[in-house]
Amino acid sequence: MPGLSTGRDVLDALHFITMIRYALGRLTSLVISLFVASLVIFAVIEVIPGDPAAFMLGVNARPDTIAALRAEMGLDQSVVTRYFDWVTGLLRGDFGQSWTYKTPVVDLIADRIWVSLPLAIYALILSTLIAFPAGIYAASRRGGPGDITIMGATQLGVAIPNFWFAMILVLIFAINLRWFSAGGFPGWGDPLQAIKALTLPAIALALPQAAILARVMRSSLLDMLGEDFIRTARAKGLTRRQALWRHAVRNALIPVLTIIGLQFSFLLAGGIIIEQVFFLPGLGRLIFQSISARDLIVVESVVMLLVFTVIVVNFAVDLAYAAVDPRLRARA
Amino acid sequence: MSILAINGLSLRIGETEILHDVSLSMQHGEIVAITGESGSGKSMTALSVMGLLPRGAGAQGQILLDGVDILQTAEPDLCQMRGNAMGMVFQEPMTALNPVQTIGAQVAETILIHEKTTKAEAHQRAAAMLERVGLKVAPTRYPHELSGGQRQRVVIAMAIALRPKLLIADEPTTALDVTTQARILDLLQDLVREFDMGLLLITHDLAVVADVADHIVVMQKGRVVEAAPTAELLTNMQHPYTRALFEASGHVVQLPERGGVGQLLSVRNVVRDYPARRKVLFGPRPMVRALDDVSFQMDHGERVGLVGESGCGKSTLTRAILGLEEVQRGEIRLDGEPVFTHHRPNLAVRRRMQVVFQDPYSSFNPRHRVDRLITEPFHLLDDPPQGKARAAAIGKALGDVGLSPGDAGKYIHEFSGGQRQRIAIARALIIEPELIIFDEAVSALDVSVRAQVLDLIADLCRKRPLAYLFISHDLSVVRTVTDRVMVMQAGKIVEQGETEQVFTNPQHPYTKTLIAAAPKLPELSHAVETV
Repeated sequence: MPGLSTGRDVLDALHFITMIRYALGRLTSLVISLFVASLVIFAVIEVIPGDPAAFMLGVNARPDTIAALRAEMGLDQSVVTRYFDWVTGLLRGDFGQSWTYKTPVVDLIADRIWVSLPLAIYALILSTLIAFPAGIYAASRRGGPGDITIMGATQLGVAIPNFWFAMILVLIFAINLRWFSAGGFPGWGDPLQAIKALTLPAIALALPQAAILARVMRSSLLDMLGEDFIRTARAKGLTRRQALWRHAVRNALIPVLTIIGLQFSFLLAGGIIIEQVFFLPGLGRLIFQSISARDLIVVESVVMLLVFTVIVVNFAVDLAYAAVDPRLRARA
Repeated sequence: MSILAINGLSLRIGETEILHDVSLSMQHGEIVAITGESGSGKSMTALSVMGLLPRGAGAQGQILLDGVDILQTAEPDLCQMRGNAMGMVFQEPMTALNPVQTIGAQVAETILIHEKTTKAEAHQRAAAMLERVGLKVAPTRYPHELSGGQRQRVVIAMAIALRPKLLIADEPTTALDVTTQARILDLLQDLVREFDMGLLLITHDLAVVADVADHIVVMQKGRVVEAAPTAELLTNMQHPYTRALFEASGHVVQLPERGGVGQLLSVRNVVRDYPARRKVLFGPRPMVRALDDVSFQMDHGERVGLVGESGCGKSTLTRAILGLEEVQRGEIRLDGEPVFTHHRPNLAVRRRMQVVFQDPYSSFNPRHRVDRLITEPFHLLDDPPQGKARAAAIGKALGDVGLSPGDAGKYIHEFSGGQRQRIAIARALIIEPELIIFDEAVSALDVSVRAQVLDLIADLCRKRPLAYLFISHDLSVVRTVTDRVMVMQAGKIVEQGETEQVFTNPQHPYTKTLIAAAPKLPELSHAVETV
């Protein structure tokens, strides 16, 4: 049918255009979110009561030291100028100079992001690899022994604190079995060693997340399995399993993607304790140390970077929604 | 040999008996309709035939499809038969399709899982089948881009793609507009003839049954109470329940003479636009005109009907009259007072009208007791009755709708659908409004309950002059409870006049189409002549 195939081309083109339009719409909201976030972070750290310089130096600082720091931080300039300088600096990749480390903040972050980002991605992959099969299996055998076992395990996974679990992992795999080192990070010189060093921390981070994700996957799938179109699929002659895989799973992904997006942000920033347990030089440790040392310049930049990541991840999740669900593209 | 024979089918779910000794049979090219009220076991009978019973259901008896007993067939073999030897169409076309797959792919899937064929070939056959069921959109569309009628065609294409011997249609047109319903019923009848299938039609709508079925099976509480060829059953009903069902469907209300004088509601040149999707990013939003220069008047005590198909603007008009949404142009006044003043709803006007909605199950907060539910409109009053006066008002409102004051302390889940709709009417009556809007208020009810609620409305008119706007897609109901009727199409009122006048002598082509499309119940006393 030649007439029909050209019609299909036109429609494919239309679907493509709506997808692009949707992406542009989301991109606009991304830029606006970033702008608002930068305003809030700037306001919280620089404008809200107290002198940042005095705060950073502590109560016993001499007035001339404070004045020197004030000048260095540009606090003697107007708020608008400072915000503008900060934002244009960020855009240029100039995050300022750390007060405690005496090095550019961008270098501090660059060193650490190569630990935190791979760790977060690694943990997310692990958690997805565990959660998807577990959630789907549990849903497909609702009420059966498999479902009950998995749900019990996830209950436990949610309840166990990840630092405690991390210590157990170290005990078993590093101290007793000696398969992994107990901590530290050798750098990316040898990628295999780097991945090996990140494995235990990634598992410690991933398991509690996987437990949550598996539960979401299961309940979302069960909702979908109760939908009318599953009954339609069964009436067509699909087996229970076929109906689940072909019709329920993709529809169930929407809430799951939301949780994955939230979890990634958490994994990136929330690894502080795990980084501490495994002596990993990551972003979590950096922000923790900066806060202890009252190094607001570092804190400000790292927080902005994390916010940036969260917003970009949400943007990616939005695109993933649209890829999964054609109705969302239309609503742009 | 009959294509389908159900012999002594009984079904239990847990301790509850759902079906009891159900038997029926069907020949090739025959349309058998199962009818009855909700809970009669119609749908369960259909699902038993498909072998798609809910978990924990235990069936006994025999369901022979072309000689094969479904109840004795193992699940893998049943999967082979479903979609192949038997297909099924469901009630809700809006949710029956997978929202994330194209319609072509969903029809092709039926072919692909049963036959060894290439994807391209299956898609081509799916496209041909979609064309056969009269769908005029490309197979690459997604369900959300289609109307309800179009989606139902897709579901039908899916069910008949492999030309099954038996097609089961469970309330296939209940969710559709009358004109769409007529076209879908025509299509089903054509397909039965063309493919020589048997059609098992499940519907509560006796007019549809009388119109299309060759054979009628009437069910009540899980039992077949009467079964006979259509002509025979219509002329000679044996069972009192069958007769009661038909009488309730064609129930004619004794509407008292209207009371009240003078104009109550005036709607003048009302326009309501809604923004639609942008065609260009950041471009101007195109507007959809939901109400297009709508004008009409209603007098005190007048009962006016509003009919039209979904999307014609009925709900928008309701919201505009109730002051829930402001209109862009025109004016709505109740007794001379505008419903909107300075972009704010006018409370003084608002308290003089109330509304009763369609769904008696979702329009109440389940955590509140009946007294609290029905006194909700009191917040519109400056000085709501307290203490004894409040209790008296509650008692009177409940009494007016045929419930007892003792019901005030109960929760909504303790009531049946019909009782809930009475409570909804009590809630509307409690502040003695001058105008009530019934928005599809009886559409979700079984025929016998619907007849009672319609009688209740007539009763209320007898007690005091009551003006109402009765919105419904069901022409026969509108005909019996209104003095005047308005017909709406695409945001315009295309015809209005005395109800009997409009129904017996419609002027506008659209009104004629609507009336012609509505399936008609045979006149029971003259059934011999009409059949």
